[in-house]
Amino acid sequence: MTQELVAQLFGKALSNPILDRMDDAASLDIEGRIAFTVDSHVVSPIFFPGGDIGRLSMTGTINDLAMVGARPLYITAGFIIEEGFLLEELVRIVASMRDAADEAGVQVVAGDTKVVERGAADGVFITTSGVGSIPDGVRISGSNARPGDIIIVSGTIGDHGATILSKREGMDFEVELQSDCAPLGRLVEEMLAASSGIHVLRDPTRGGVAATLNEIAVSSGVDVEIEEEKIPYRGEVRAACELLGLDPLVLANEGKLVAFVAENDAAIVLETMRASRYGADAAVIGRVAEVESSRPRVYARTLLGSRRILSMPTGEQLPRIC
Amino acid sequence: MPLPYLDEFRQEAHVRVLMEQLDEHAARLSKPVRIMEVCGTHTMAISRHGIRQALPKNLRLISGPGCPVCVTANTDIDAFIEMALMPEVIVATFGDMLRVPGTRMGLAEARSQGARVQVVYSTLDALRIARDNPDSTVVFFGIGFETTAPTVAAAILEASETGLDNFMVMSAHKVVPPALAALCGTPELAVDAFLCPGHVTAIIGPGAYEPVARDFGIPCVIAGFEPADILQSLSMLCDQVAEGRAEVELQYTRGVRPDGNPAARSMIEKIFEPGDAEWRGLGIIPGSGLAIREEFAAHDAARHFEVDVSYSREPKGCLCGAILTGQKIPRDCPLFGKSCSPDHPVGPCMVSSEGTCAAYYQYEI
Amino acid sequence: MCLAIPARIIDIDKQMATVDVGGVTRQASVVLLPEAGLGDYVLMHAGFAISLVDEKEALETIRLFQQLLDGMPGDDSGSAL
Repeated sequence: MTQELVAQLFGKALSNPILDRMDDAASLDIEGRIAFTVDSHVVSPIFFPGGDIGRLSMTGTINDLAMVGARPLYITAGFIIEEGFLLEELVRIVASMRDAADEAGVQVVAGDTKVVERGAADGVFITTSGVGSIPDGVRISGSNARPGDIIIVSGTIGDHGATILSKREGMDFEVELQSDCAPLGRLVEEMLAASSGIHVLRDPTRGGVAATLNEIAVSSGVDVEIEEEKIPYRGEVRAACELLGLDPLVLANEGKLVAFVAENDAAIVLETMRASRYGADAAVIGRVAEVESSRPRVYARTLLGSRRILSMPTGEQLPRIC
Repeated sequence: MPLPYLDEFRQEAHVRVLMEQLDEHAARLSKPVRIMEVCGTHTMAISRHGIRQALPKNLRLISGPGCPVCVTANTDIDAFIEMALMPEVIVATFGDMLRVPGTRMGLAEARSQGARVQVVYSTLDALRIARDNPDSTVVFFGIGFETTAPTVAAAILEASETGLDNFMVMSAHKVVPPALAALCGTPELAVDAFLCPGHVTAIIGPGAYEPVARDFGIPCVIAGFEPADILQSLSMLCDQVAEGRAEVELQYTRGVRPDGNPAARSMIEKIFEPGDAEWRGLGIIPGSGLAIREEFAAHDAARHFEVDVSYSREPKGCLCGAILTGQKIPRDCPLFGKSCSPDHPVGPCMVSSEGTCAAYYQYEI
Repeated sequence: MCLAIPARIIDIDKQMATVDVGGVTRQASVVLLPEAGLGDYVLMHAGFAISLVDEKEALETIRLFQQLLDGMPGDDSGSAL
């Protein structure tokens, strides 16, 4: 597989007027404030139920843009490909990038590929960066959570993490589960149109909802309290977690967001989310409070009515026997 | 989708009424009572459901030595890591062990240095890795107690019967009754009752705790792992203490037979023989380990590989031993919250995310 | 110490069974539990069935919880299984 061949393949599959010019850089007209981000994607297995590394590399960056309230517009993609990687697999990956771009209404405007020696990479790595425009008046940040805010999650938790885990070598579980991998730009656009009381948006990827809530609590200097009974899970995710001794709150999601919303707007935001295909199972899971002890913490109320501390997950999530 | 035999024991109404029952029963106690939950899986469940925070003021739960990760000695971890670093070796382990630090490094670090480390859910998966990699030697880290030992024994037996010569086990298995007896014999032991491990008992049978109750006068209740099970068991223990009884009672009736699991026990006996074992924090306890029998030496990694772990030592200053016997609390330890934290655990009680030190850390730092 | 989960045997061939836990299936060995049969609920630990779940005992335990609940004055929130 030559570099030229790969470049041709990408150019054709991801074609749009800007990319087709094949200039050294894309020139873009963007109004107002812009959001700009980058994310590298490494996933094993490369193809998984509900997606592949191509779709993931698009939705990951699209979602990062959306989480500051931006409308995702343009993406660039860099590929590191291990020599010997199958061309037909690459074709599939690029096709699903195209599908994700169309679904989200974004364009891939520049790309680069490098083929490296066998063993220097694991199949294919994809780095995408993205630009989006932030509408006037939108100020969304992880440091904006305020006491009294209502916390909403856009759907079932842990689908992606449980799917990937079940497909990992050495696990051998069979389960009808799909990654939730999806672009959330349109959902966010609808939410912002419905309410000006959205303070924080975050997609709970690595480290799951537990990591996201801890990050926000620290950034905003607030306590977060969630109610375990209200968190939406798929039955299969719950079962897989029981089997493997994992907490679904630490599993990665790739098509979900957590929103912190002013109390008065919570109902309308929830309703808007539920009307979207990307938020049909949205649910209120908790609220924000003043810090009550020496530092910001995340509490989970259990079915006993007591609270446990939901700590920041450390390291990779592994099945345990004890 | 419901999970039968789990969901029923998590029903909010049942759990609440069992909590009220526990409050009533604890109110009959004349002095504060310290209950040791021997098993790490109980520790996890207690933490997950916020049971410790909901307990009556005069009950205290102390985490015992039943976390296989926590009690595996550095000499065993170091030996396994030495094997992992050998180029011809693939090591397979339960996920629990990956983050545990050894003297020089942990398994995760060995992996970043090129060691081939495979996390498995079951020894069945480790056998398959051995079949798929005939040019490598697969060494499985046998950790855990009577529940896990027969699953490892079964894998050794299958490897032996099918001529899978590249499958080996490094046994750091431990058995519970000698450790409990040693714990009871510790003059400083500050424990009034034992919450005993349901799944170990499913193998060894409830009779195994009779000496603890009879000879040391410590009440024992064998408990299931759901919140309703644990709350009911704690009430049963309160009753024993209040009435001055010391008996072995079974709460986990749906999971434990009166004679345990004889087939699993004979599987253990076929492959392993009793040996001395070093427990982190508790030292060497005679007869508390399981060594692979001579007959299966071909699958014994400890016999096959010569590794030098003379550098091995336990972390200095760590008070986990005293914490595991209920004499000290994490705050007493000079390392706690300083050089020892969940991100950089030094001692066993910090390693497991729900170990006593790790649990304290979340609340006190 | 040992995580074990109730799993239902949905297929069995000599020493290997397929078990189901809430829609998740995997191969499990029944070599440690020769009495296990099709349709049984077993406790599965690390891919091995280690004990039968005794339905009668489970129902008896739940009945005791329910009794406790029914005995609570002024509380009718209890639900039957």
